[in-house]
Amino acid sequence: MSPARWDLPPELCCRPMAFVALTGLDVVYNAIHRAIWDAFCANRRADRVPISFKVLPGDHEYPKCRTKRTSYEWYIPKGILKTGWMNKHLNLVPALVVLFYELDWDDPQWKEKQSECATKVEIVRTSLQGRNTKVAVVLIQKKTPLPPGEDLVASERASALCGACDLSGKSLFVLPHTDHLVGYIIRLENAFYEHAQTYYYNEIRRVKSHKEFLNKTTHQLLFVRHQFKMGFFSELKQDTQNALKYYRTAYSLVHELRAHETNVLEIKTMAGFINYKICRLCFQHNTPLDAIAQFRKHIDLCKKKIGSAELAFEHTAWMSKQFQSFGDLFDEAIKLGLTAIQTQNPGFYYQQAAYYAQERKQQAGQLCSHEPGVGYPAPDPLETTSGALDFYGQRPWRQGHQSIDPPDSEKEKQGILALQVKERDVLHSELIIALLSNAVAQFKKYKCPRMKSHLMVQMGEEYYHAKDYTKALKLLDYVMCDYRTERWWSLLTSIVCTALKCSYLMGQVKDYITYSMELVGRASILSEEQKSRIEKNLIKVLMNEVPEPEPDCDPVSVKAAQSLWSDRVSLAGNNEFTIDVQDYVPFVQCKAKFLSPSFHIDEPVQLHVYVRADCPHPVRFSKLCVSLSNQEYNQYCLLEDAYKGKDILEPSSQENMCLVPGKTRKYCFNFVAKTEDVGKKIEITSVGLMLGRETGRYVYLNWRGGWGDAASSHESLQASRSFKRRTRLPEQHVDWDAVSVQSSTMIISRVPKISVQLTHEPPALTNEMFCMTVTIKSEEDTVGKDIKLTAGLKPGQDANLTQSTQITLNGSEVCDDSHPALLPDIPLGDLQPGQKIVKPLYIRCVSTGSRIFLFHVAYSVSATVEGKDITCKCHKDETVTVETVVPFEVAMKFVSSKFEHLERVYVDIPFLLMMDILSASPWPIELVESEVQLASSMTAIDQPQSQVEGVTLQTSECASECFLLKCPPVQNGTSTVASGHYIISWKRKSTFTETSVVRTVITLPHVMVENIPLYVHAEVPSFGRVRESLPVRYHLENRTGLVQDVEISVEPSDAFMFSGLKQVRMRILPGAEQEMLYNFYPLMAGYQVLPQLNINLLRFPNISSQLLRRFLPSRIFVKPQGRNGDASIEAA
Amino acid sequence: MAVCIAVIAKENYPLYIRSVPTQGELKFHYTVHTSLDVVEEKISGVGKALADQRELYLGLLYPTEDYKVYGYVTNSKVKFVIVVDSSNTSLRDNEIRSMFRKLHNSFTDVMCNPFYNPGDPIQSKAFDGIVSAMMVQAS
Repeated sequence: MSPARWDLPPELCCRPMAFVALTGLDVVYNAIHRAIWDAFCANRRADRVPISFKVLPGDHEYPKCRTKRTSYEWYIPKGILKTGWMNKHLNLVPALVVLFYELDWDDPQWKEKQSECATKVEIVRTSLQGRNTKVAVVLIQKKTPLPPGEDLVASERASALCGACDLSGKSLFVLPHTDHLVGYIIRLENAFYEHAQTYYYNEIRRVKSHKEFLNKTTHQLLFVRHQFKMGFFSELKQDTQNALKYYRTAYSLVHELRAHETNVLEIKTMAGFINYKICRLCFQHNTPLDAIAQFRKHIDLCKKKIGSAELAFEHTAWMSKQFQSFGDLFDEAIKLGLTAIQTQNPGFYYQQAAYYAQERKQQAGQLCSHEPGVGYPAPDPLETTSGALDFYGQRPWRQGHQSIDPPDSEKEKQGILALQVKERDVLHSELIIALLSNAVAQFKKYKCPRMKSHLMVQMGEEYYHAKDYTKALKLLDYVMCDYRTERWWSLLTSIVCTALKCSYLMGQVKDYITYSMELVGRASILSEEQKSRIEKNLIKVLMNEVPEPEPDCDPVSVKAAQSLWSDRVSLAGNNEFTIDVQDYVPFVQCKAKFLSPSFHIDEPVQLHVYVRADCPHPVRFSKLCVSLSNQEYNQYCLLEDAYKGKDILEPSSQENMCLVPGKTRKYCFNFVAKTEDVGKKIEITSVGLMLGRETGRYVYLNWRGGWGDAASSHESLQASRSFKRRTRLPEQHVDWDAVSVQSSTMIISRVPKISVQLTHEPPALTNEMFCMTVTIKSEEDTVGKDIKLTAGLKPGQDANLTQSTQITLNGSEVCDDSHPALLPDIPLGDLQPGQKIVKPLYIRCVSTGSRIFLFHVAYSVSATVEGKDITCKCHKDETVTVETVVPFEVAMKFVSSKFEHLERVYVDIPFLLMMDILSASPWPIELVESEVQLASSMTAIDQPQSQVEGVTLQTSECASECFLLKCPPVQNGTSTVASGHYIISWKRKSTFTETSVVRTVITLPHVMVENIPLYVHAEVPSFGRVRESLPVRYHLENRTGLVQDVEISVEPSDAFMFSGLKQVRMRILPGAEQEMLYNFYPLMAGYQVLPQLNINLLRFPNISSQLLRRFLPSRIFVKPQGRNGDASIEAA
Repeated sequence: MAVCIAVIAKENYPLYIRSVPTQGELKFHYTVHTSLDVVEEKISGVGKALADQRELYLGLLYPTEDYKVYGYVTNSKVKFVIVVDSSNTSLRDNEIRSMFRKLHNSFTDVMCNPFYNPGDPIQSKAFDGIVSAMMVQAS
């Protein structure tokens, strides 16, 4: 009775195939025969007909056929199905026997050979006496046969041979041994297959024919047997649809059998077989739901058929097997292409199989725990004469017994005892674990991570029961984290408890400590007593002592464990452990925080570490250390048992290092940051808490990042969500949830104690040297060293501003492009307390707009923090926004000597260039000098001299000056010429500082120059006097190379009488000048319009009189006549 | 009537779990926990279609030999799981639905309690009462 007792027989599980026996082949010594046999059995793929071939000797003895029963009247069946039956029809009784014989049609010894062949056929026939097995003959020939009908000898001899062997023509085949062997073989195969099918068809009919002889009272077993046989033959015939039908009938018949304690096993066994066949065929027919439904029905029907209570484990074993084999079938179908789903996959069946296996183990434990004296009964009741059972599912000690009561109660008892004793030796755990691991593989495939974890827990527990603690621990440890992250504390606690037992029994110190810490902590749902027990054990382990055994452990293992532990105690090394808590939920919680997100270099960095224990008893630790990103500070963040190594208990320090359950303890550390760390971040990399003693055994709990284990992130989230009012706690107590974490801090430079003042007069004027005075005043207590000023345009502004801004320290000369926009690190020396430095800076802004200027003062100062002298670098920044505006606007225009606006100027005729300087500056501007630099196309008539020199313009005041110019002749009549430049030298008039002079160059506009044919000008006195002669001389100049006819007329005027030519027509020679003299005699005083001179150029009609008149004065001031003569007026 | 009723948080940890005291409590915890596989799959798999239908009842999650496990998921992804004895064939789908609805209503009341912090285990007498009424009375 091996564990395989419940396994289904292989002949049941295989796919039945028609059995064809080949005889007359010598596969060992004959190469041709070998080749034929290989062609039959090699490469049997799915496209070839399903036949199982076997080479048998010609005189092979086939199983004897029992004499046919003529009447069933007195026949009482002894069981449902004989154990040998399936194998017999699969492997022993062929559907067809094929005789191979080497014979060519033209064989010289034809006669002899023919009779030899007939003898061989006869031998086969004899050994198949009583069977319906067919016989066929294959002639192995060397020559290729001619097409049918052409070889007359062949057909004649063939029929002769058939006659001699008593064969039908259909059973004689020819196999030419040529190149196309495989092709011939396949054709042969198909012919054999047909014969085999006929055979199985006849067998089914034969079995069916028995039915009429049966009666329902005594032959119930036969009904099942016959249906099963028909199903099986149908399968051999490859008629799976009918096979399924027969099996289904068989299945319902098997449950109609009268079940009682003596035959329930046989019924269940057969039901299991038939069910297996049905499910298998359903899967084969791709109707998995039918298979599942059949299986469910089967289980429901058989679940309660437990049978003998003393052998209850047999039932569970059988149930387990049912589930397992269905799972196998399901899995096989999936491999062949069936798709399973999450809620319906083989895993469930394996799981259930495992469940029954567990139950079996339990029942076996109850039923098979005999007294030690009870041995295996002798003689062995399970021994049978043949060594095997005759019928499936029967008891060896009463085979064939079919009545309700056992024939011999004493034998029955012995038999049951024998089975129980055997069951005791079964390795149940192995079976369970194998099933569970099958299920795990399935659930993994069908996305059931939790189911998988659950099964792995069961596996781990089973390993634990099987005392394979290493494997148990491995599995449990693997799944533990899943339950931990999902926060199923009840399940986690149960798993960790088992793991703790394993680690205890194996003497695994580190695991033992880890699991204890978790079980004592807040994630465990154990009772206080249990926690207390575990904590005491933990403390013992930390004191390097042997812990108390865990409850409910195997006593033998406990003994072994105790010796293991005492070995550990004596062992010196390997007594330090580090546990990274983020993977666990230990009973100590920790939060470390910097008091501020940043600290100045001249103040100590403060760090608080909060520690809390959740265990039932107070716990003492011996070291608390904080690791920071800069490890040099670690030495300052260390709390150590001052009396390490000694046993003197100093109460004050001990109290400090003792964690009272539920109370939060705060530990403060501070240290002075290094000056190199200014601007750097200091992070808490980890917090370590040492439990135990360095001299003995100790464990380091390591909080990476200074806080948090596997559960704390969720807890802090919940705490932050909570709107429970935080109760005010007394001074020493801290509300754990209220402690926030600050795991990094910045070291920033010292606050500068200086003032930086800027004095200036905004806005700046374009191009001027804008003066800014920086005043640095020390408010330090000690001397400030190495004061450095960085001044200029603040970086990061528009790139064009950098081009158009220049800064210098030297205000005496104007900047150019070589000057930078930012002057870095101007050394200013040291600064004594209370002193100040004033530094003027000059900025030139070429373009208008607003600019931000930066003034950065850096210095170093020595300071003392916590008794340490450090040199602190400080700096202060000032920024200012300065607007730049244009200082003035210059407007220029060309006017005639009469101040009339000129569109164009005329060659050699004087005109005026007028400048208006309009101040736009909010500050007064002093015009130092102005100058006109004329182009070659213009000449000044007199020495041009600045008329605005020294003028100071207030805001929106205007200064004007003009210059008398003329243009030399130009070619081709008219052209546009450049005029030159106007240069203004100016400076801001400021009381604040002396500023340098700025030269602003303005380009004069271009002007159009034109030649004029006739030039007229008059010589007029500056004023006239009433009734006194006023001589006016008109000059007419011909500027052309032509003789000109000119008509001149003078219009009369009320204010004047005059003498001279009133109307005249004359000729002026080229280049000549004509002078005309008039004597005007003013009649009225005041500004009077002179008599108008009309000039008409006959040659140039487009030169109008009006244009020419522009050159002439139109008015004159006439003084009244003095009453007492001129002298009196002069006297007045 | 149910043998085990559980409320599972969005993050899949138990907010409330109660089972009949006669059988192993741990076994029910495992049953509920493993049923979350199916719940997760149902939520993620047909997430969109489900949201449109606003069907919160997930139906039978998976059958075991001894128990039937039913699931229900609220819009805030809080799950309710009810475990029923397989032998109890008198329970119809509709009754299970109404049990879930009752449970949901009571859960909503718990959530409305200003002193309840969502995500904390449920400790409510009213909720306890509703659950007790649905549980198999251990007699």
